[in-house]
Amino acid sequence: MALYSEKVMDHFRHPRNVGVIEDADGVGEVGNAKCGDIMKIYLKIEDDTIVDAKFETFGCGSAIASSSMATELIRGKPVSQAMSLTNQAVVEALDGLPTHKIHCSVLAEEAIKLALKDYYQRNGIDFDPAQFPQCESCGHHCHSHG
Amino acid sequence: MMHIYADNAATTKMSPEAIAAMLPYFDQEYGNPSSLHSVGQRANQALQDARSRIARQLGCQPQEILFTSGGSEADNQAILSAARLGERKGKKHIISTAFEHHAVLHTLKKLEKEGFAVTLLDVHENGLVTPQQVEDAIREDTCLVSIMYANNEIGTIQPVEAIGEICRRRGVLFHTDAVQAAGHLSIDVVKQNIDLLALSAHKFHGPKGIGVLYARRGVPLINLIEGGAQERGKRGGTENIPAIMGMAAALEQACGNMDAVNTKLIPLRDRLIQGLSQIPHSILNGDAQSRLPGNVNFCFEGIEGEALLLLLDDKGVYASSGSACTSGSLDPSHVLLAIGRPHEIAHGSLRLSLSQETTQEEVDYIIEAVSDTVAYLRSISPVWRDLLEGKQNFVIQ
Repeated sequence: MALYSEKVMDHFRHPRNVGVIEDADGVGEVGNAKCGDIMKIYLKIEDDTIVDAKFETFGCGSAIASSSMATELIRGKPVSQAMSLTNQAVVEALDGLPTHKIHCSVLAEEAIKLALKDYYQRNGIDFDPAQFPQCESCGHHCHSHG
Repeated sequence: MMHIYADNAATTKMSPEAIAAMLPYFDQEYGNPSSLHSVGQRANQALQDARSRIARQLGCQPQEILFTSGGSEADNQAILSAARLGERKGKKHIISTAFEHHAVLHTLKKLEKEGFAVTLLDVHENGLVTPQQVEDAIREDTCLVSIMYANNEIGTIQPVEAIGEICRRRGVLFHTDAVQAAGHLSIDVVKQNIDLLALSAHKFHGPKGIGVLYARRGVPLINLIEGGAQERGKRGGTENIPAIMGMAAALEQACGNMDAVNTKLIPLRDRLIQGLSQIPHSILNGDAQSRLPGNVNFCFEGIEGEALLLLLDDKGVYASSGSACTSGSLDPSHVLLAIGRPHEIAHGSLRLSLSQETTQEEVDYIIEAVSDTVAYLRSISPVWRDLLEGKQNFVIQ
């Protein structure tokens, strides 16, 4: 289908890093089933480095591809670098997303940020709340972040 | 790999007979029916012939057939005409249902903004309205009842004859969007007391971009397109003769084969329904009996429809879904919401619409492809995990 780029289809058909990390150091979940997409990201962090990242996603093709790409982009990277991952970087790595699917990449960024916030909180590390998404499920309204 | 087109409610493959009927009208009989010369008059003869043949299939008079660009235009013109007529008599109330096609619902929205009152009847979990609901909803100022013959997503067939009888008795115009029904279910506008009816050729193996508005004699129409004297002055623009000839041939063929095709399709449809029902936490949308012979529509809990469609596409199964992602909007199908499916369930819907070409082998392949794909998508879904672990309760048992 020409709806998505080859890169998106590749990550959708063969998603990287699907699954659960049972002893994760940080877990972040965003989205709302009512809106048709939920992303859950699990992080394993050692020596300030993301040694493993996994995801589970309920959502459309671009949501699954965005989760796959986002986990690829942060694996093996320092926590600070994962913190600065933007949805734009996910979109670019996927060779673009249709305008009405940009919100899928936003969900991926937010899920990673929430997983990192969870990691900070579990380990008593100070953080600036302003750096994190304000709503974890974004209430009862479905957002088209695009 | 198999290639199974299971989206016949979206559009159908043209029949060879319909194509053959069109061809002479591109470069041999290409006249304008409005022209006085013999080339034009031959085209006019063909046009009148097609009109008579289509009228015969609907049980009406040729002059009651108006050619349009398709079902949406016919629905728009029917509803706006009835509304203008009602307005002149001080009647500004319209009855319809919550799960009509948007060609109807959006036209009604426009009328509401102009001060019309619209009552949308509940279609219940089975996707059916009852004649009694129509009876009870009719008021002194009701000018129109517009209820579709068969629903385009869940395939449920409405009791149009009983509704038509009530409308006639109460002196209210009855319009039915028969886009999914024409060529698949029998239509007799006189017996069924239908005043206005819309159909579209490409849903029954005819060409795209052509349809019919049937308007019972005496029901005055307003124009959507001003222009010449074509279609008794009710629709300007040179008639699309090739498409009209294709539509006439396709409708005759579909109606002629209807019983044989439906006799074949119903067991296939029920085999597909039976097979997909084996998927845990799945549910059929719409009544199992009163439904179009080719329509199957399911919801699968814990997954999203667009991902399902893309993976089925990879397996050579071409279908559609009512998820928000496939519509480009934020809400899932208004039809599934109207039958009471919660948003999160409606996102996980799949519509398979079969044709006379569908085989049992294909149905069995679809069952396997859908079962495997649903199981895979659930295996990567956090919603499904929460359901399995009891953190959330299943909506579909």
